Amino acid sequence: MTSTAESLRQRVNRALNSQKPKTITVLSCLLAVEDELGYIPQEAAEEVARFTDSTINDVWGVASFYTNFQFQPPGRHRVEVCWGPTCHVLGAMDAIGEVLKSLDLSGEGTTDDGAISLRYNTCLGACANGPVMSVDHHLIGRITPERAAQIVGELKERQTVGGPGAP
Amino acid sequence: MPPNFEDLRALSIRRWQGLSQGDKPWIRVGTALCGKAAGADRVIAALTSELEQRNVGATISEVGCLGPCYAEPLVDVVTPRGPRVVYGGVTPEQVPEIFDSHIVNGKPVAAYALGTLGDDRSDDIPRLADHPMMKAQHRIALRNAGHVDPCDIRQYIANDGYAALYRALTEMTPDQVREEVSKSGLRGRGGAAFPTGTKWNFLAGAKDPVKYILVNCEEGDPGAFNDKGILESDPHSLIEGVILAGYATGATMGYVFIRHGHDGPIDRTWCAIDQARELGILGQNILGSSFSFDIEVALTGDSYVAGEETALMESIEGKRAMPRYRPPFPAQVGLFGKPSNINNVKTLAYVPQIVLRGSDWFAGIGRERSTGTAILCLSGDLTYTGMAEVPMGMTLRQVVDDLAGGVPGGKKLKLLQTGGPLGGVLSSDDLDIPLDFDAMAQTGAIMGSGGIIAASEESCVVDLTRVLIAFCQYESCGKCFPCRTGMTHLLEVLERICRLEGRSGDLELMRTVGQNMQAGSLCGHGQLGFNPVSSALRYFREEFEQHLRDKTCAAGKCPSPWYSPDGARR
Repeated sequence: MTSTAESLRQRVNRALNSQKPKTITVLSCLLAVEDELGYIPQEAAEEVARFTDSTINDVWGVASFYTNFQFQPPGRHRVEVCWGPTCHVLGAMDAIGEVLKSLDLSGEGTTDDGAISLRYNTCLGACANGPVMSVDHHLIGRITPERAAQIVGELKERQTVGGPGAP
Repeated sequence: MPPNFEDLRALSIRRWQGLSQGDKPWIRVGTALCGKAAGADRVIAALTSELEQRNVGATISEVGCLGPCYAEPLVDVVTPRGPRVVYGGVTPEQVPEIFDSHIVNGKPVAAYALGTLGDDRSDDIPRLADHPMMKAQHRIALRNAGHVDPCDIRQYIANDGYAALYRALTEMTPDQVREEVSKSGLRGRGGAAFPTGTKWNFLAGAKDPVKYILVNCEEGDPGAFNDKGILESDPHSLIEGVILAGYATGATMGYVFIRHGHDGPIDRTWCAIDQARELGILGQNILGSSFSFDIEVALTGDSYVAGEETALMESIEGKRAMPRYRPPFPAQVGLFGKPSNINNVKTLAYVPQIVLRGSDWFAGIGRERSTGTAILCLSGDLTYTGMAEVPMGMTLRQVVDDLAGGVPGGKKLKLLQTGGPLGGVLSSDDLDIPLDFDAMAQTGAIMGSGGIIAASEESCVVDLTRVLIAFCQYESCGKCFPCRTGMTHLLEVLERICRLEGRSGDLELMRTVGQNMQAGSLCGHGQLGFNPVSSALRYFREEFEQHLRDKTCAAGKCPSPWYSPDGARR
C-alpha cells in the first residue's frame, strides 16, 4: 500500500467516524466521503463496505444510483449550471452554451488542465432568481450568457478559491 | 431539573424586545438560497466591515426568506427611533450610505428602500404591507420567515414558539391533538393532499413501541423551494410540528429528510435540533413531561424519486431510492420495518398554530375542503418572483396578475407550469381556477408542492415539454421498465420534434407510450410522467402540429442547441 493510498484511507475513515447522525448507512457514509474527497475512489468504497458491514456490491449499487456521486477526482473548482424548467425558461441554455465555449468542453466534465469541473444541475434551489449557476457551491443568480462566460473566464484566470458570490 | 417553560418564554420575550425595540440598531440580512444567489454574503461582509471601522454598536443577524426573492439581497434595518425599513436589491456599494444615513443618523435612505414594516410610517417610503406581493398574504407557516434568526431558538419562543407543544403536553391527550388536526381540515401539502388527521390516526392505531415520523424535504422539483425556505427561515416551526406529530401518534423518533448539498436548510435544521435538545424541548422527558422523542436529519443523494414516500424510506435506510410495493402501507410497515408516517415540511409547519389557535380558526381560512393557505413558489417570467403564502381560493389569475405583477417588459403570459415536473401546464386563457386541491385536479393541473413556473409568449411549449420530459427521464429510478424505457422513448420523440424532424404519427405514438407508463409503473413518477405531454397537447396541440406539419416553431426557439446531463439512469 502506498503512502498516498494510506492517507486517502485515513481521510475516508475520519469522515466516516465523524458523521453527525446516529443512523449510519451506506448512503450516509458515501455522502460523508463525497464531502471529504469530492469523489468516491475504490479505496473509499472498500472502507465504506467494511465500516457498514456491507458487501462492495452493495456500496457500488448505492453509489451508482444517486447522480451526485463522481468516481473520478473533480477539478479544483466546481462550476454547476442549472438546466431545470425555470432556468430553461429564463435562458439557461444560452448560458450553458457560453460556459462550454469558455471551458472548451462539449458537455459535463473537467478541463484538460484539471482546473475546472462543469456539471449540469437539475435544481440549485434559487429558482426565483434564475437562471442560477454555482461556483464552488456559491450560488450566483440571474445570470446572462455574457455574465456566465465572464464568471468562468475570471475563474480560469485566477485559479484561486472563489469567495462568497465569487468572483 | 426540567426547565420551566413559562420562565423561558418570559426571558425570551424580554430578549426579543431588547433586540427589536432596544437602544441599538438591529440589521437583518436574508441569507436563504435566494439571498445567497443574489450576493447576500458580500452585503454582510460590507456591513460587518462598516460596523468594525466605525465602532458602532449594532447587531447583524442572518435571517431566512421574507418572500420577495426578486428583490434580494434584502437588508432590514430597525433603529431605536424611526420605522423599520427593508432595503431591496442592496449592493455592497450602497452599504456605506445606508450605514451613514440610517444606522448612524437614523435617517432611512428612501431611494434604496422596498418598504417599511410594522406600525411606524415613513413619509417617503411605502409600507411593505401595501406591496402587491405582500398585500394578499396570510402568513401562518411563514409567519416568522425573514423576521427571526432561524438559529436562535429564543427568538422563536418569543414569537409563540413551542407554546403549542407546551399546551399539548400539559393540557391535551394525544387523541385531542389528532382530533384538533382532523377538525382543522388540514391536508398534506406535498402533492397528494391526503387529510393529515386521518394519516396520523393510521399511525396512532399501529401497535409497536417504535414508530417514526418522517419529514419529506427532498424537494427535487425544479421550481419548488418552499420546504427549503421554511427550513432556512424558521426551522423551529417544523421541529415543533414534528414533535407534536410524534406526541399525537405515539412515535418515538423523527427524521427530517433533505437532499445533500443544500447546506443552508441542512445546517439550520441541525442547529434547531441541537438547540431544542439543549433546552429539554427534544430528547428524554420533553419539558418535564413523560413524553420522549428525538429528531435527526437524514440526507439523501440526488434522486427525485427519493421524494416518493416508500423510496424515501429506502433512502433513509441507505439503499437505492426505489419505491416499494404497497401494501403493506408505511403506517403498518415503514422505515426499518416499523410503522411510519411521512409528512411534508409545510404540512407540519402549520400544526403548531393549529394546536395553539384551534381547528376552527384554521378551518375558517381558505375553502371548505381546502382549508388554510397555499404556500407558493413563483418563478419564471414574472415581475415579482419568490415565496408567498395566500389563502386557498385565490385564483391563479389573481396570483399571476396581482401577486406576481404579471410578466415583465409588457410581454404576454403564455402558460403556467404547476405542481412540479409531473404536474401540468395551463394556458393563460384558463387561469380562473381557484387554489383548491380538488378544483385544480379537475382541470388536469395539480397543486403539487406549490411551485408555479410562468412562461411568456416568447417561449415554445414543445421545447418546454421536452425539458420537462428530459428531467423525468433523467430522474426515472429505473425500477419499472414502462417508466424507464417509456421516458427515454418520449424524450427521443420530443427531441426530434424540436429538431423539426418529427414524423406523422408521433403524437399518437407518445400517447401509447404514456398510457403504458401510466398502467405499468409502481409510483407517481411513471404514472404521472405523461402529464407534461398530455396537458401541453390539451392546450397547445396546434403548436405541436406546426412543428410536425410545417416544420416551423412560431416562437422561433426550435431548433436550438440544448444540453442535458449524461448521467441518466438508462
